[in-house]
Amino acid sequence: MSEQLLRVENLKKYFEVRRGLFGRRRFYVRAVDGVDLTLTKGEAVSIVGESGCGKTTLGKTILRLYEPTDGRIIFEGKDITHLGWKELKWYRRETGLVQQDPFGALPPFMTVKRILEEPLIIHGFKDKREREERIYKVLERVRLTPIEDFINKYPHMLSGGQQQRLVIARSIILEPKLIVADEPVSMLDASVRVEILKLLQDLQKSYNLSVIYITHDLSTTKYFSERIFIMYAAHIVESAGTREILRNPMHPYTKALLNVIPDPDPSNRLAIKEVPAGEPPNLIDPPLGCRFHPRCPSPVKGLCDVKEPPMIEVDEGHYAKCWLYA
Amino acid sequence: MLGVSNLVMYYRTLKGEVRAVDDVSFSLQKGETIAIIGESGCGKSSLAKSIVRLLPRNVSTYRGKVILNGVNLMELDEETFNREVRWTKITYVPQAALNSLNPVIKIGDQMIEPLLFHRKMDKGEALERAAKALRLVGVSDAFLHHYPFELSGGMKQRVIIAMALLTEPELMILDEPTSSLDVLTQANIMNLLKRIRKEMDLSMIFITHDVALSSELADKVAVMYAGQIVELGNAEEFYRDPKHPYSQKLMESVPTLRRDKELSFIPGSPPSLLNPPKGCRFAERCPFKFDKCSEDPPITPLDEDSYVKCWLYEKGSS
Repeated sequence: MSEQLLRVENLKKYFEVRRGLFGRRRFYVRAVDGVDLTLTKGEAVSIVGESGCGKTTLGKTILRLYEPTDGRIIFEGKDITHLGWKELKWYRRETGLVQQDPFGALPPFMTVKRILEEPLIIHGFKDKREREERIYKVLERVRLTPIEDFINKYPHMLSGGQQQRLVIARSIILEPKLIVADEPVSMLDASVRVEILKLLQDLQKSYNLSVIYITHDLSTTKYFSERIFIMYAAHIVESAGTREILRNPMHPYTKALLNVIPDPDPSNRLAIKEVPAGEPPNLIDPPLGCRFHPRCPSPVKGLCDVKEPPMIEVDEGHYAKCWLYA
Repeated sequence: MLGVSNLVMYYRTLKGEVRAVDDVSFSLQKGETIAIIGESGCGKSSLAKSIVRLLPRNVSTYRGKVILNGVNLMELDEETFNREVRWTKITYVPQAALNSLNPVIKIGDQMIEPLLFHRKMDKGEALERAAKALRLVGVSDAFLHHYPFELSGGMKQRVIIAMALLTEPELMILDEPTSSLDVLTQANIMNLLKRIRKEMDLSMIFITHDVALSSELADKVAVMYAGQIVELGNAEEFYRDPKHPYSQKLMESVPTLRRDKELSFIPGSPPSLLNPPKGCRFAERCPFKFDKCSEDPPITPLDEDSYVKCWLYEKGSS
């Protein structure tokens, strides 16, 4: 077993919402509600779920862009759950974020050079020459070449794919150990999508980087990650090796997801697909028991609607949070 | 039923003329669906808008034929077109339509507007029709009296589709109808579209950038690249064996869940529509490029209703 990089235990992140007169009534949106997850060095995993399931919040909480409500985050053996602002600076250097919308993530009136220089200045690279060297090196890595053509450009002068490569360059310029890539390709065209995913994979392999790839698109995970975590309504409901989950999905939610994702195939147009009724629950007041039970095709009465299922290891390394396997 | 031939739509900008739709032809039978696929900026939305004559104000060239049931729509004057065709025979669901619902007007009142305006119906009758349309798309008619914010994304999209069906059109144009929806909701909408096109014998033009999704509806597929259709084929043939090098490359970039394949991408980016290259517009990025590609490739018919715009398939060449 290779070295563990990250361990997340029972992580929770609740957001407070105030409603009513003068905000007297308080509610909590339970965006992440008890998540366990481990990541080894150099490993790429995917977190898959639909919008509003809490996957972005999970990613941002792991990066400590949010303060966790409960639980623990252990990074390289160090508990970083409640690190203060000053100590966090070290953690910031060890981690990076690739956002969904590259244009929104880049400051519009900074040049490529300035965008990449900023993190170096913040983290104390005083020597101008060294900064420049690093910038050139990273631009080469993400293939924004010839570098002279790009270095003085502004974000709006780049295409979508180039912008995303710049965002990736910024996230790896401090040579972090962990990257959270939050829907890095969902705004891009099909052919560019593959290019960016291949780049991320190449960086992951050559820097021995750990990557958490957050996506709603199961079909791209196969080409990128070694393990998948399926998230539904703030819980991880299933996790296993990528191939294993695609071949042998266990949780009814995973099954439903896999069933509806089309491959390009002319026979699709002739068939009506089975889709679970209803919509994901409100995270202010999630249903009792299993959160998927109102939509599940085979719920067990008196169990699934009452008691939350535990995470069960059904096969070696294949976990499902479902009473069917208890 | 619908025939589009040599449709051209250019518009003028400060930088010059943008050739958004450049000599596009295809035809569609009753009850048939054509998917128009291509990457962003290839002109697929412009093509849709050109068919319903929703043109940008700075349009500079607009010509060709759009024939619906034997009538050339391009010859109709604006008033007749508006009264008899747009929103009546042809409805158009624009991209991100779910955000275009007016937040302060009740669903029912928004829905009946075209009926009051186009069909001069009285309000009671119109509301009746709206209720029927809502039930058809699987939304309770109680929502007539609700506001858009009370609906989820999938419900809003259903309402939009119901609105487009109110006037019992013959042709429905859908521009990326599910691009902001979740996977399961998307599957629901696809099921709905499959059902209503059968029930109403409706023809559809389905515009999308998602190749895999397009196969959910398409009987025919048109691949657009830089303002032109480079390949038109029937679904059975196209998804198994695309002909144009661009279609092949595009297909290779689509991840598949059930089949294992090596993904590849297309290096470079599409040409600017301001000043597209003289010859084949894909030549620059094409792995099979040869001398001839510096000239504009002809449209080579492969069989009755499929063609490819590429020198590799020219009759008589090897």
